[in-house]
Amino acid sequence: MINAVEVKNISKKYGQVEALRDMSLNFPKGQLTSLLGPSGCGKTTLLKIIAGLLSPDSGEVIINNSRITKPGPDRAFVFQDFALMPWASVIKNVAFGLELKGINKSEREDIAKKYISEVGLNGFENNFPHELSGGMKQRVGLARALSVNAEILLMDEPFSAVDEQTRRRLQEDLLELIKKEKKTFIFVTHSIEEAVYVSDQIAILLPRPSRVSEIIKPSGFKNKGVDKIRRDTEYLDIVDQIWKSLKNYV
Amino acid sequence: MILFGYRIPNFFSLIIWGCLWELVGQSKITYFVPSLSEILKAFLEIYNTEVFLKALLETAYALVSGLFFAIFIGIPLGVLMGKNRIIDECLLPWVNIFLSAPLTALVPVLMVLFGFGLKSIIITTTLFAIWIIMLNARAGVLQINRSLVEMANSYGAKSIDAFFKIYIWAALPEILSGVRIGFIRAVKGVIIGQLLISIVGFGELFEIYSSNFLMAHFWSIIFVLFTAAFILAEILSWLERKFSYYASKR
Repeated sequence: MINAVEVKNISKKYGQVEALRDMSLNFPKGQLTSLLGPSGCGKTTLLKIIAGLLSPDSGEVIINNSRITKPGPDRAFVFQDFALMPWASVIKNVAFGLELKGINKSEREDIAKKYISEVGLNGFENNFPHELSGGMKQRVGLARALSVNAEILLMDEPFSAVDEQTRRRLQEDLLELIKKEKKTFIFVTHSIEEAVYVSDQIAILLPRPSRVSEIIKPSGFKNKGVDKIRRDTEYLDIVDQIWKSLKNYV
Repeated sequence: MILFGYRIPNFFSLIIWGCLWELVGQSKITYFVPSLSEILKAFLEIYNTEVFLKALLETAYALVSGLFFAIFIGIPLGVLMGKNRIIDECLLPWVNIFLSAPLTALVPVLMVLFGFGLKSIIITTTLFAIWIIMLNARAGVLQINRSLVEMANSYGAKSIDAFFKIYIWAALPEILSGVRIGFIRAVKGVIIGQLLISIVGFGELFEIYSSNFLMAHFWSIIFVLFTAAFILAEILSWLERKFSYYASKR
């Protein structure tokens, strides 16, 4: 299996606090890998290093055979707090990445419209972020990330700021989207159910010192359809297994 | 205010004060307080004269140019201060000193340096307004949501893009309130400058009217200035409210 992202021996300290120590992890191309773990295990730090927003103290991140040091067009980021520009309409927010690439207005708005409809926000193009619910805001964030057509989507607890029902809906829609988009997703979450539900591969991170303790690859229930997953025995067993290994760190 | 079940408009108290003023003026208690009707008569006498229009034009010109420099130098510098620690530490002490300094004392120095004309007045105006504009722009930038900046970086924004597309907009409510306060200070600057130099604009008129004991004329100029400053400040604060609708929602 080809890897879209290879993380090699990454270490990162914030002052005296060791966020990551000698961490290595591979992210297979075209799959969704979750980084799951308790607070303070360095999941977000790792994701931001892969995004090029933070630089590691040592180690390297390899994407397409080259070492990355800064953000690039091969990656797009979805933020926990949505990071939408409150002064700009939905369509402007979605087209922001394209605008920075220097694509002309009519073309970028066409692309933005396509992804706005893909995330189910048809008709909200000219609304402003404060007029949207949390779930809709994150759909805008997702459309923005999709519209730049990056190979790798980095999602930092994307559904943690929305209510439970919206979250389930977003998770189901994400599964549909993964099928359609054929991209590599790296997904940070602290919800065990969410990780098992959406992932092809789950990397369990444990804190102090931060390390990858286990990699779980659910196999059986992915193609059974979004409605059946939560009742699948393999799904339930994996959730249980992960909880047992994380329990002592919470 | 509601009185005997009737809603009284906010400016109603002004009418009462105006009547009181008229009574005091009519009773000729002091020469220095002419009645409002006399002041109005004096205003109608002078508003169409060349000296008045020239003074108005000169004052407006000095105010607009002074504010122009204060805004177009102050905002970028303030934003840079908010963005860059080193620039901030170099400039902040000076900004704070000048903000609280009695700038009137500097006007004679400016007169020596730049002559007894419009140039000195424009510089005085700029000096009165610029510091608060800088400080507010800086404060606006300092409170910007970090993830908005990370978002811009992750989509490949260059510094100049981030400056014009994120920083300025995100700090806009604070910047506008800085401009409003700066404007109020600029009005003070322009009048103080004109009074001290006293051969230009309204300064010249004040000088002529007060030395000739034309109190009604003197007061009518004061009324014109107060009214103009008040109306413009209200327009700016309306503008500020219009733009800051999203400030609470970011």
